[in-house]
Amino acid sequence: MAAASQITSMELKTSKDHLKVQKMKKKVLRKQVRAQRTLMRHEGIECISHATQSLVIANAGLGNGMSRHQLLRIVEEYGLVETLLMPPSKPYSFVKYGTTEAAKKAFDALNGKEITLEDCGQNIVLYINFVEKVFWKNAVPTSLPPGLMVIEKIISPEEERRMLESIDWIGGEDTQNAQKTLKHRRVKHFGYEFCYGNNNVDKDKPLPGGLPEICDLFLEKCLKQGYIKHKPDQLTVNQYEPGQGIPPHIDTHSAFEDEIISLSLGAEIVMDFKHPDGHMVAIMLPRCSLLVMAGESRYLWTHGITPRKYDVIQASELGQKVGTITADAGDLTLNRRETRTSFTFRKVRRSPCNCIYPSVCDSQKGQQRQVQPSFPHSEMEASKLEQEYVHKVYEEIAAHFSSTRHSPWPQIVEFLRSLPKGSIVADVGCGNGKYLGINKDLYMVGCDRSKNLVDICGEKNLEAFVCDALSVPMRSGSCDACISIAVIHHFSTAERRLATIHELARLLRPGGTALIYVWAMEQEYKNQKSKYLKEKNGSKDKEEEINTGTAQRPLSNQMSDCSSRDSACSDRFLSDPKDKGCDAKPMADTTLPIHTNRTSFHSQDLLVPWHLKGGSKKKRESLDTGLFPVGSKESQELSPVFHRYYHVFCEGELEAVCRSLDCVRVQRSYYDQGNWCVVLEKL
Amino acid sequence: MKLLTHNLLCSNVRGLRPGGGFPLRIQASDVCVRPVPFNAAFVARLVPRLRWAALLEAAESLGHPSELPPEPAPDYEGDETFLRRVHHVLLEVEVLEGFLQCPDSGRQFPISRGIPNMLLSEEEA
Repeated sequence: MAAASQITSMELKTSKDHLKVQKMKKKVLRKQVRAQRTLMRHEGIECISHATQSLVIANAGLGNGMSRHQLLRIVEEYGLVETLLMPPSKPYSFVKYGTTEAAKKAFDALNGKEITLEDCGQNIVLYINFVEKVFWKNAVPTSLPPGLMVIEKIISPEEERRMLESIDWIGGEDTQNAQKTLKHRRVKHFGYEFCYGNNNVDKDKPLPGGLPEICDLFLEKCLKQGYIKHKPDQLTVNQYEPGQGIPPHIDTHSAFEDEIISLSLGAEIVMDFKHPDGHMVAIMLPRCSLLVMAGESRYLWTHGITPRKYDVIQASELGQKVGTITADAGDLTLNRRETRTSFTFRKVRRSPCNCIYPSVCDSQKGQQRQVQPSFPHSEMEASKLEQEYVHKVYEEIAAHFSSTRHSPWPQIVEFLRSLPKGSIVADVGCGNGKYLGINKDLYMVGCDRSKNLVDICGEKNLEAFVCDALSVPMRSGSCDACISIAVIHHFSTAERRLATIHELARLLRPGGTALIYVWAMEQEYKNQKSKYLKEKNGSKDKEEEINTGTAQRPLSNQMSDCSSRDSACSDRFLSDPKDKGCDAKPMADTTLPIHTNRTSFHSQDLLVPWHLKGGSKKKRESLDTGLFPVGSKESQELSPVFHRYYHVFCEGELEAVCRSLDCVRVQRSYYDQGNWCVVLEKL
Repeated sequence: MKLLTHNLLCSNVRGLRPGGGFPLRIQASDVCVRPVPFNAAFVARLVPRLRWAALLEAAESLGHPSELPPEPAPDYEGDETFLRRVHHVLLEVEVLEGFLQCPDSGRQFPISRGIPNMLLSEEEA
């Protein structure tokens, strides 16, 4: 009996265990499925049920404290690892094995497994799913903010030691050098006390003792090397323990002169720089290096240190290399912070700041110049506006712009195919020349204001030259036909738009025809939304068919920026466009609103953001590994934004301009996917 | 830049006499010949659109003095030898590097990698 009862209890125990295991398995499955859904919903990563070579490992990301070397060690146990991608600040990673078997082995062994994070001792549970492909769109390699330099090894370890030792933190809250323990760091001031209340110094109250003597040699060197123009008279020593930081800020313009220099002692750290348009650059400041902030980087960009215990850095350059940290998911890892002490030297300013960044300048508050351009009121202003917000921008974005412009529009192709054999055709504003080779029976010559775009034509052996559409260097009457696609809407006054059409007409022989496309104010016509409006984020392929604009959401600060300004002019413009006519003169002293991509227009004159993506080379590389959905936060934060000026045309406006010319007749006009189009005949 | 393009181009510098700025003088430092499939009808249609003297002068200046007649013969459309010569000069000879010079103002426009830069400064336009 006794034996029997014992067995029963053992059996009971086993079945209890069994139940427990069953329960555990269910829990893992539930969590795994939840991870699947989260990945799909938030990141657009599609998990699949059949086994592949590639896995996505939830909870093992840089974002939750997993380092590259630890994860690599874990996953390598199950077979040859081809790729390990750790996207910055994401709670997951991708791994691709050489074989499906290895991936399966890893899946079975690691799904639901608890792991202790080496760097912080925390436990996490891995949840694993198969994916078709491992991919991450790497961000554009960023360049340093203008005016910023990092000079490595400016001091020796010996000098570093002496400078660190010279700071007496033990002395407590000594008043002479204004030592304070702030919420996030310890500080000590020399020369002048920096007052955190008004973010300024009391210029009439220098601290006794001046700057520590130990800094003299070093400062001499900086002056000699030209890193600074003025000898600093103020020093702030900051000490950051791991987990501490400093909020993003711009050093008060009126408080200090241009160059601000900062020594990193004791440990390296990553500092974040941010342009007002949202563009972020993370910069590694190695130990014993000097950060020099001057010009734009000092006046316009904010800098700060994110309070955290680890920095995401390039694995290949573990810690000690200067430079921007690009979000190359194949090469990122975590770097544990150590105590870092910075010596920041500044020169107290004695006169108001007159920098060229009034929007962020406290000296220039009240007499603020407009950062956003206004409607032009003269030929000069118009030309300047176009120079800044059309020509310069196209030069900058040429490669990326060109990569999104390769699908010719059907109705334009049809026009070109309908021309007689041997016709001479000019494409005024030819961009990357996508129409120049459409019909081999034509002789087509392109021209564009952007040299970089015309150079792309040249690489394709297309005939093209650089010129302005207001002055096309071709003989009068030399062309049988002209096209001008998405060009005239970049001219900022009615006179200039008329002049470009007149110039097109001049090129035509009598009887010759010109096809003109301009962007339409009406992105919804006859109850049909244009492709531009319909195109949502993420459908990369379709983007190429769109005349203008990008598939990007605007940065949030831009949205808020323009919504207020927008409404001011849209009210006046759109209260009843039909009654007022569309050739209404732009309002006086109104800044140009910034358009939100993929939305209806609220103003005829506006700035359209272009989110610059990597050069064409980078693009091809990323295509090989697949693309992360466009509009993912990473790619946006790291891609600079450019604004192009547009005048979008109202219904009838283009025809009206053309009719004001005696030398042409409007043969036909139509609406094509958010554009107004006319075919003119030279009389 | 093909010579047909050159035949269409003129200088746009402000203040030129009407019809001035043509033909642009070519100072080439790199010229290449790139074969293009011959299409008789295509070339024949181009001929009446050309400024013949400018074409002859341009070909000459590049060291490609073709056996082109001083004027196209009235029956050129059926003359394949003639059309082939025109074809070669118009479409196959390309200027890669050099300058175009305005005959009236002397303004030079650079040609780099086959692309003339005809952009004028604000004062010039």
